[in-house]
Amino acid sequence: MNSVVLMVVGLGMMAAGYLFYSRFIAERIYRLDPDFRTPAHEFRDGVDYVPTNRFVLWGHHFTSVAGAAPIVGPAIAVIWGWGPAVAWVVLGTIFFAGVHDFGALWASVRNKGKSIGTLTGNIIGARARNLFLVVIFLLLLMVNAAFAVVIANLLVSTPTSVIPVWGAILVALVIGQMIYRWKISLLVTSVIGVVVLYLLIWIGNSYPIVLPDNVLGLGPRATWIVLLFAYAGIASLLPVWVLLQPRDYINGLQLFLGLGLMYLAVLIARPEVVAPMVNHDVPAGTPSMLPLLFVTIACGAISGFHGLVSSGTTSKQLDKETDARFVGYFGAFGEGSLALAAIIACTAGFATLVDWQAVYTAFGQGGVTAFVRGGDAILVAGLGIPADLGATMLATMAILFAATTMDTGLRLQRFVVQEVGELAGIKVNTLFGTVIALAACLALAFGAGQDGAGGMVIWPLFGTTNQLLAGLTLSIISVMLIRLGRPAWFTAIPLAFLLTMTLWALQGQIMRFYNTSNWLLFTMSILILVAALWVAVEAIIAMGRGRKGAPVASTSH
Amino acid sequence: MPGRGDGDDWLARLQAGLTEFYVAPYRRTFARARREEEDLFMLLVFAETLGVPNPAAWYTMELMPVLYEHFHDWHRRMGMEHSPLDHLKCC
Repeated sequence: MNSVVLMVVGLGMMAAGYLFYSRFIAERIYRLDPDFRTPAHEFRDGVDYVPTNRFVLWGHHFTSVAGAAPIVGPAIAVIWGWGPAVAWVVLGTIFFAGVHDFGALWASVRNKGKSIGTLTGNIIGARARNLFLVVIFLLLLMVNAAFAVVIANLLVSTPTSVIPVWGAILVALVIGQMIYRWKISLLVTSVIGVVVLYLLIWIGNSYPIVLPDNVLGLGPRATWIVLLFAYAGIASLLPVWVLLQPRDYINGLQLFLGLGLMYLAVLIARPEVVAPMVNHDVPAGTPSMLPLLFVTIACGAISGFHGLVSSGTTSKQLDKETDARFVGYFGAFGEGSLALAAIIACTAGFATLVDWQAVYTAFGQGGVTAFVRGGDAILVAGLGIPADLGATMLATMAILFAATTMDTGLRLQRFVVQEVGELAGIKVNTLFGTVIALAACLALAFGAGQDGAGGMVIWPLFGTTNQLLAGLTLSIISVMLIRLGRPAWFTAIPLAFLLTMTLWALQGQIMRFYNTSNWLLFTMSILILVAALWVAVEAIIAMGRGRKGAPVASTSH
Repeated sequence: MPGRGDGDDWLARLQAGLTEFYVAPYRRTFARARREEEDLFMLLVFAETLGVPNPAAWYTMELMPVLYEHFHDWHRRMGMEHSPLDHLKCC
């Protein structure tokens, strides 16, 4: 099978999903109203509530939700063959992610722009809301630990990316100064920023930096993990305009550029997919595809994190309610296309099946490294760039996404720590809060396995938690629909499927951690199981209440 | 730049879109930072009235009338249900 076929069919199906299915959902189920006064207009304050052009808003929404996760997940999941991964990404985007992201946006817009957390409290109950906070903290913790390991692995396997990755921090610092201190036009700044970043990639490609085998008793990977958390800690403490804001911005541009280049290269090079459609010969120790596929690929098929973005910031900026279809559903399309590009890179970027099998030697092996290597082959063949330059570029791209998520995530974790401290009556200052958050992340990154190597063990557990969050959002949308007397099948069926797969996967993970005596992850997964069951019970109760005809106070004009 | 033909118009729109893309995610953070700074300034101006010696009181006194209208929001934000000042009864 040729990768162009995969690309055209995949993108085509998702586009058809946007054109037809999302229209059906918009007109019949959510019944968007162009005259509805959105929170952006109703509470317009120039800060949180700002009516925004839908293309700009889509750009925001997409770049906030897309990161390293839609690359990492599919890159691991292709071990079961490309067929299941593509099917889940494409169908997941059409029937799960699109409806979920779009629905979260709609639910929030119809409820004064409130976040999913607050909506949980209003619609399902206060207990579910507290549960929600616990789930978010665990999610942030896991994403930080897993991404630190992903980045460290990439820095070790692609040493040419060291210069551009750390150089990008300097680029961002200078961009911040250019904009706020020297008042240089953003267009000029953007062009200079991107050019310098690619120049750094080119320089880095000739000067790989490899850490010595032993730094103060730590291996290279462990050293990188420690350095990364030190950086993330410092970055999360700096004023946002100095580093985080320009970094987010340049990464956003980089996302569009990278994705465009990748698909262009696939079109020109037209590589054959060498991996099997369904891998009957999986390496020993690989867990069963069912149900693990559905938690390994979270972002790219359905991700609860998107609901947080949809309801947290995007809903407050929606100009017209009818824009929700484009911003929410098409945002999911963008994410799905990134995941599809990752699948193509990991399955078509190798010369033969034997080469592919040499990379995917065990579950959790290959992964982003395979994405970088495979993507490099495609980029080199398609765009005629020097060998390995593609690898440096993709590694830099993936690392920058993951690193941005890390420093934002650490900042959010600090807020949670401070909030919990306040509840307990202890004043936690910024520095101390950051230290606690950092300690938790490091404990998880190293606690999950020696030298941080076992950090990828966390990944499916992260997916599980993420899906659980998506389940919570879907149940809120379903309850709203039931209360409005509209068919809830289009959200309830994905919800039932998702909860089944999540619980099934979780049960398997708990057994696994128990058998390998990994008590840290065992405890975490038990916590998540309790939360999952709890959500299921609360959601069913709330749906039952809704059927009896509770007042529809939350969705009035 | 507006009004100088289609080319400039297109450029101006791109520029505006990029700017929105740059500033929007952090609007809230900036607004909060500004408010915190202003809260501190409030404290400096009203320090003497609240019983905290302020060497610059003579200078800050004339700023008080300007800040009176923000006083109510400020004391509520600082966790005081009612005005802490006897001569200033805003609520």
